[in-house]
Amino acid sequence: MSFDIAALRAQFPILSQTVRGKALAYLDNGATTQKPEAVMHAVDAYYRECNSNVHRGAHYLSDEATTRFENARQSVADFVNASREEIIWTRGTTESINLVASCHGASLKAGDEVIISTLEHHSNIVPWQMACERSGATLKVIPMQPDGSLDLAAYRALLNERTRIVAVTHVSNALGTVNPVADMIRDAKAVGAATLLDGAQAVSHFNIDVRALDCDFYAFSGHKLFGPTGIGVLYGRKELLEAMPPWLGGGEMIETVSFERSTWNRLPYKFEAGTPNIAGAIGLGAAIDWLRGQDRSALAAHEAELLHDATARAEAFEGMRLIGTAPGKVAVLSFLLDGAHPHDVGQLLDQQGVAVRTGHHCTMPLMDCLGIPGTVRASFSIYNDSTDIERLFNALEKVKSFL
Amino acid sequence: MESFYSESPFGTSITAEEVLDSIGFLDDWEERYRYIIDLGKSLPALPDELKTEERFVRGCQSQVWLTQQFDQAENRIYLAVDSDALIVRGLAAIVLAALNRKSPQEILDYDMEAYFSKLDLLKHLSPTRGNGVQAMVARVRDEAQRLV
Repeated sequence: MSFDIAALRAQFPILSQTVRGKALAYLDNGATTQKPEAVMHAVDAYYRECNSNVHRGAHYLSDEATTRFENARQSVADFVNASREEIIWTRGTTESINLVASCHGASLKAGDEVIISTLEHHSNIVPWQMACERSGATLKVIPMQPDGSLDLAAYRALLNERTRIVAVTHVSNALGTVNPVADMIRDAKAVGAATLLDGAQAVSHFNIDVRALDCDFYAFSGHKLFGPTGIGVLYGRKELLEAMPPWLGGGEMIETVSFERSTWNRLPYKFEAGTPNIAGAIGLGAAIDWLRGQDRSALAAHEAELLHDATARAEAFEGMRLIGTAPGKVAVLSFLLDGAHPHDVGQLLDQQGVAVRTGHHCTMPLMDCLGIPGTVRASFSIYNDSTDIERLFNALEKVKSFL
Repeated sequence: MESFYSESPFGTSITAEEVLDSIGFLDDWEERYRYIIDLGKSLPALPDELKTEERFVRGCQSQVWLTQQFDQAENRIYLAVDSDALIVRGLAAIVLAALNRKSPQEILDYDMEAYFSKLDLLKHLSPTRGNGVQAMVARVRDEAQRLV
């Protein structure tokens, strides 16, 4: 398959608009990705053709909605190499991690240890703090090296027979670091710990194989994978999901209910109380089907080229300091301009049609560790092109004239 | 009275009317932002020891501190703001141009929404958009409410 950037961009209608009279350079893909026509069409078609509740109705529309909804689950399962009963719909990565911290975390006891890393998003810190507070377990943090990669020797030193859970991010949202998670999981397994990967920033960049990774849980969001907002996924290894108590109680997650007691539905429904985000799931399924129809190695090569070119521009740009330079990182450029507050830089870029994120990126402990209040983050995706890099750096030249 | 109150040009030599007049002449975003940033540079800095938790204004992506002093004899509130970001400093200066050295009742009666609309800031620099201007104004109004 060949890779045609113009044809790809044409499938994302939002990219062709002007903002504030300027052509848009959307470089905030770490926050959310744009949606291809195929996704919008699938969501629209669901509402137009078969809007109905799933798994319940004794009628045609409900059967059709259920088919599309469960086909989407199968798409997700195929995408990460899991079986469909191991794929649980959630609202997003945050909810997926909270589910694991609450339900798998329910077995934590005083004296147990949970390991996270310095790179974590607040979503993979706070649920574990809460679980530790409930259980009396202790939270341990893997330190980081100056380039934004984790200190693996320190990680191995943290592992011991008290380690119950290792929960780390696959890819850092703030810096783009790709962690060597397969090795980290192997080490965690050696001490009998369960493993969770926060895949929010990984799924749009490369293929995920939960069997090859051998992780117990993998969490990600639809909206960072070209799908709709409000839908996410938790992959859980079947044996662990079976052993976990349910989380939310209500419809769909039960098998039988009496006033004396209820029994739980089979997987994955045991963790899906209430009417799910049907349109969102169908949209995410469409996003995955669309992505699987692309040449992903060509897309990855394109992103690597963008990162290479942007980094070269950054290194030649006077007064720019790159934050996070770990080898093999994804296409994220986190930086500071000498003497400039990231918020000022972001606003002045915005006036020129360049969309970036500024601030702590929901990683306050990481920023504290780096000794900075925040960064400007330009995060690239498959549909960005060399013009976007050109616009970013031209706009940054203008920003400098304000400071 | 500390110099960051007595020497602030906002509410004396730089008033809301003057800000409106000046900005009215500027027709592109660059000129406006340069003007706003320059206004911020006229804001006297707060000494570091006053940048405390209780003076910290939440709701800002940048760090903002606001302090005030009520002069009972004059029936005026003296305001001072500092921030580590240039644009937020400028926005704070624009707020102070309107509210500094006014009586508590005058502050409560002041139509901030109309002021921002006239400045066309609602379109270009939405006060709700993480820059903390709204939180700053609310803080000043709370203080005025306490004093009337």
